[in-house]
Amino acid sequence: MGLVCGIAGLFSKSAPIEEQLGAHLSAMLSQLADRGPDSTGVALYRDPAPAGSCKVSLFSDEADPPWSELAGELSEEFGPGDGPQVRASHALFVVPAAAAAVQAWLRHRHPELRLMSIGERIEIYKEAGDPRDFVARFGLAGVSATHALGHTRMATESRVTTEHSHPFSTGLDLCLVHNGSLSNHNRLRAELAREGIEFQTDNDTEVAAGYLTWRLSQGDDLEQALRGCLDDLDGFYTFAVGTADGFAVLRDPIACKPAVMAESDDWVAMASEYRAIAVLPGADEAELWEPEPGRVYSWQHAMVS
Amino acid sequence: MSPAEAVTESVDLAAITVRELNQRLHQLEPGASSWRVTNPNGAHSIAVGLDSEAEVEIDGHVGYYCAGMNKLATVRVRGNCGPGVAENVMSGKVVVDGDASQAAGASGRGGLLVIRGSASARCGISLKGMDIVVHGSIGHAGAFMAQRGTVLVGGDAGEDLGDSIYEARLYVRGKVAGLGADCIEKEIGDEHRAELERLLSAGEAPFDPGEFRRYGSARRLYTFDVDNAGAY
Repeated sequence: MGLVCGIAGLFSKSAPIEEQLGAHLSAMLSQLADRGPDSTGVALYRDPAPAGSCKVSLFSDEADPPWSELAGELSEEFGPGDGPQVRASHALFVVPAAAAAVQAWLRHRHPELRLMSIGERIEIYKEAGDPRDFVARFGLAGVSATHALGHTRMATESRVTTEHSHPFSTGLDLCLVHNGSLSNHNRLRAELAREGIEFQTDNDTEVAAGYLTWRLSQGDDLEQALRGCLDDLDGFYTFAVGTADGFAVLRDPIACKPAVMAESDDWVAMASEYRAIAVLPGADEAELWEPEPGRVYSWQHAMVS
Repeated sequence: MSPAEAVTESVDLAAITVRELNQRLHQLEPGASSWRVTNPNGAHSIAVGLDSEAEVEIDGHVGYYCAGMNKLATVRVRGNCGPGVAENVMSGKVVVDGDASQAAGASGRGGLLVIRGSASARCGISLKGMDIVVHGSIGHAGAFMAQRGTVLVGGDAGEDLGDSIYEARLYVRGKVAGLGADCIEKEIGDEHRAELERLLSAGEAPFDPGEFRRYGSARRLYTFDVDNAGAY
């Protein structure tokens, strides 16, 4: 129950919340600043790419990355797309090709760039620093989204870098944020590596993300994959997992890490603490509860595609 | 009570900080006073460390550690509580109208905690003498290693109730998902019936004492000496 790391998720049930979702998430994350001043990250689900295209979120540690040149190269390779939409150290591109092809091309041609997320709707932005600075630097307040997850990190298990920040991408349109710490991540990382899952860091949460990626690749649905965590992960966790159409929440059976959920007519929210929910419109009237340990909670939008 | 004492001080936490509120409460002279706190919005450590007969009513949901280390005062939360409400309480009374998160009433040495809703995991962990009355249910590991005091639960109790318990007494009206190590069901004698009536009355819990079952230590896990029974 320590005050280490904060997570927040917001899922809109009405058009006004969707339009202002970035502003609401910013307010939530700012409330969690003292739980996690080391780094901040968000996964936004918004603006679906046209059929046959994918959205790619990239990070560069260069001072002035040549994003326009990259746009030209992408267009030459895959045909005209969209982007760059630059936010601080990140840029978003819409590429008229399958995700796997774009991913392979990027790895070959631009190994210096970090792929933060890829999918139809997801956009991940994350960076070392306090959430209040982060939301300003990334212009989060002006962004609309159907749903989003965020994380404020107090580093305990590994270094403070963008790569060690949450959310961790776990596959197309999937991401994971985590409050807690895992104790069997070294062995699990080695086992998953043998199964072909790749890791970029020594971070424990990335192993949980890799575990979910692996389970999903074996044919599990998200709920089955999360239930697998109860058997295979050793440690403390509250997880929030973002998907193209919603999000899911799971706490470890001992429930060392806090979580509060709330639902109003206009939104569903989860957070490490109520004070991050208190900033949402109508929080006073919302139904409020603590998710039970070891139980998967999930919400989905009815998707039209 | 003189007219001056009957005045209720209003404090808006949208206007002043929790630290300012707590300092004002800490500076109170002995004797009664009445306080109403608005806009708590989940803030931590509200009304912690009181040491007078103040009555403090908090209008909304609070965060971690509300009313911790309380002495003499009465704190009422008209909402839900985050983790660690009424930890290490020495005396006085804490009432939560809504639900409480983990470790409610942890390590309490005296006084009374009433939760009109439910409490989650580890309610009454390491209890050292306080009475806890929960109208609803409690989560897993309730009364873990509880040494002295009572926990009364109007609803159900989660897994591992009373794990490694010493001499605290537990009363549960509903189902117990599972008892922890060295915790067993015990008979209800006259002294326990009297205690149930006292707790139900003090905790304003509308239940029939005859509906409760009692749990406590089998005394196989720690070195219990009957000569020391009076110490608990």
